[in-house]
Amino acid sequence: MDLTLRIWRQASADAKGKFVNYQVKGISEEASFLEMLDVLNESLVMKNEEPVAFDHDCREGICGACSLYINGRPHGPDKGITTCQMHMRNFKNGETIVIEPWRAKPFPVIKDLMVDRSAFDEIIQAGGFISVRTGGIPDANAIPIPKLNADLAMDAAACIGCGACVAACKNASAMLFVAAKVSQFALLPQGRLEASERVRNMVGKMDELGFGNCTNTYACEAECPKEISVTHIARMNREYLVAKVTAPKE
Amino acid sequence: MVKLEAKVPKGPLAEKWTNYKAHQNLVNPSNKRKLDIIVVGTGLAGASAAASFGELGFNVKVFCIHDSPRRAHSIAAQGGINAAKNYPNDGDSIYRLFYDTIKGGDYRARESNVYRLAEVSNNIIDQCVAQGVPFAREYGGLLDNRSFGGAQVSRTFYARGQTGQQLLLGAYSALSKEVGKGSVQLYTRRDLMDIVVVDGRARGVIMRDIISGKIEKYAAHAVVLATGGYGNVFFLSTNAMASNGSAIWKAYRKGAFFGNPSFTQIHPTCIPVHGDYQSKLTLMSESLRNDGRIWVPKSLEDAEKIRKGQLKPVQLPEEARDYYLERRYPAFGNLVPRDVASRAAKERCDAGHGVGSTGLAVYLDFADSIKRLGKHVIEARYGNLFQMYEKITDENPYETPMMIYPAVHYTMGGIWVDYELQTTIPGLFAAGEANFSDHGANRLGASALMQGLSDGYFVLPYTMQNYLADQIGVPRFKTDAPEFEQAEKETRERINKLLSINGSSTVDTYHRKLGFIMWDYVGMARNKEGLQKAIAMIQELRADFWKNVKVTGTSEQVNPELEKALRVADFLELGELMARDALIREESCGGHFREEYQTPEGEALRNDTEFNFVAAWEFTGENKEPALHKEPLVFEFIEVKQRNYK
Repeated sequence: MDLTLRIWRQASADAKGKFVNYQVKGISEEASFLEMLDVLNESLVMKNEEPVAFDHDCREGICGACSLYINGRPHGPDKGITTCQMHMRNFKNGETIVIEPWRAKPFPVIKDLMVDRSAFDEIIQAGGFISVRTGGIPDANAIPIPKLNADLAMDAAACIGCGACVAACKNASAMLFVAAKVSQFALLPQGRLEASERVRNMVGKMDELGFGNCTNTYACEAECPKEISVTHIARMNREYLVAKVTAPKE
Repeated sequence: MVKLEAKVPKGPLAEKWTNYKAHQNLVNPSNKRKLDIIVVGTGLAGASAAASFGELGFNVKVFCIHDSPRRAHSIAAQGGINAAKNYPNDGDSIYRLFYDTIKGGDYRARESNVYRLAEVSNNIIDQCVAQGVPFAREYGGLLDNRSFGGAQVSRTFYARGQTGQQLLLGAYSALSKEVGKGSVQLYTRRDLMDIVVVDGRARGVIMRDIISGKIEKYAAHAVVLATGGYGNVFFLSTNAMASNGSAIWKAYRKGAFFGNPSFTQIHPTCIPVHGDYQSKLTLMSESLRNDGRIWVPKSLEDAEKIRKGQLKPVQLPEEARDYYLERRYPAFGNLVPRDVASRAAKERCDAGHGVGSTGLAVYLDFADSIKRLGKHVIEARYGNLFQMYEKITDENPYETPMMIYPAVHYTMGGIWVDYELQTTIPGLFAAGEANFSDHGANRLGASALMQGLSDGYFVLPYTMQNYLADQIGVPRFKTDAPEFEQAEKETRERINKLLSINGSSTVDTYHRKLGFIMWDYVGMARNKEGLQKAIAMIQELRADFWKNVKVTGTSEQVNPELEKALRVADFLELGELMARDALIREESCGGHFREEYQTPEGEALRNDTEFNFVAAWEFTGENKEPALHKEPLVFEFIEVKQRNYK
């Protein structure tokens, strides 16, 4: 396939960015989207031009590093997968493909298509854990957990922290990301002990970092590569309300 | 001259670890605050170690190459984690897990380490459940198990096909908790450039900030490398793109011995290679062999027709198929260990029975299981894997058998460590896949996750204290020692050299060429002539790299080409050491298969009289032959036998 790529180039966080057009020729339909970008980059290097910088690593849809906004959609046109899992058979010969970084204020651009998602780590550090230390733990089967709850917790835990939900949301809200973690622990008996404190701390941190509010457009669920359901947002809202109402007075 | 001392505690096997812990030195809480530990890597081993050190009260600095610790490649492990819980009541025990692991590794691992691994395996499951890891459960609410290769019991705990992800997120949450509390300082997007040794002890690291390009110096009382394996020396592997051998290679060059570098695991169930532009290979979890049956066409004519697309696999009647694993190994069938399954696939394809357009593929067929259990059961067990397969190949594995072929997956070799996971450089520790310790010549499925977390949660927190106990009087270090200056200077020189060559070939071109040499001569089957050839070819390629490589950009910016060049430069040295190691080991064991040494049936033929040792290689200088040291393997508690899965 021969394609025109319209790619966002930005030298650094402070530099002004712009779209640049590139032509790539002879791309196989079997190639993955990132392999297509590898081909472009090899050709740029040979021309002494700077290759396009983008985040990627496992290339099998689980590490959450890749983060491209393709033709106006996070992770491109295919459903339920990341950019790295998308193959070129999803595109047509001669097509122009527009490639941008995630666009959200809490995810500033570092270079070209790379953005800084450390805000997600900060939210987890604020409460996305169960406070157990290493060792001195009772037997794993000491706490039976209904299969349904375990399965629902696993649905939520499948989040890869890529940030597509934020990129998809017109408010740049991180509700789906935060809800996935809050919900996973809220569903498990181990997580109940700190549930109130957790949801207050995580939501507080999310607001502080400048993520927007949820206005129930469900764009996050539609674009989530792991198809995490917005019902987890509903569960988080419930947890949050209860936590607020029952919070001890300061 | 460094002496190889494994420091195995005395006493009966089952009491060694208990005895060690009872008599080791400890550091009191007020002294812990004065001691600094650097951990490089945030996969299972690194994240769990850093979190545990932080909880104990040490000052920890943890470094990762990614934008977040959660992206380390442990995340991609699919199938599960072993533990000797014996929840299914099917006859498992700590001893049996230990025995299976030693046997699976073809008797090339240290008994004491492996026993400890089996011993703490149960603690890992408890720990992870307490952290909120959503393992698969039965309807009664208790934990579910599945079986894996090389074992006759079901001891593998799993979280759908994403066990590695869930365990890593558990360790990441523990780490995040400590980062939030301030006991651990997190440094992301850092690439290790060198290890600093002062007066014979590891005292710090040189890092490159991937965003600014700044070269940074960090000092500590001890350094842990948990930087994973070096399978990417083969260019195509199931490793992530950034997985590299540079950190352990720097350690080797600074005096840490390298253990069994040639021991590489070629995983039998990966999606076959399909084109020149391909950047990596994708694993299909071993757990699929629980329900999938592996076969090729019995006749050469059918195979030929299938390759040409004139015949579809589903059209081939049962009697025209060769379920070669079930035929050759009736006792273990499709669940033989990985090295055995991989070699058997290669043997069939080399004999002309391979399928797919290249002939380098075999079928993994779920038709029987779907018929027996129903599609919904298979979907619940492997849904995400089937989806992944379909996205890559555009074929529906519910309707037509998967095509698979072996691919490089894991390196059992790594930095040599003693019982305490300490390298031959005092104060430098290696954990997880970065060390050589527990898997011998072949790792069993679902054991990598077990080892990473064992090292990080339950071994290093003890052994590190034993080391640091005599360091309490050593004041906090500054980074202005001449050794830091020297290491920084060498790093800058290396980077400048790479940027100034401005030759005619890209970094990837060299990496790809190295990969072909490694796969052809240091891959699934090796022989003396080929290995000698490989050494010469790698030396030539390395010389050419330093004359003709083209690296664009500058060092003071985000520069992925420079990052790759630094790694490939190290791979070009490491590859040669792997070939040397494979050359001196004149026997076949586990994943190391020397064509000259096989039984009449084509099984690996060990030589226990001459090669019952760990090969520990010492760096002797630039372009000089490395020195070989041998750690004899003493099997006090089990009988060494020819492996038999028949």
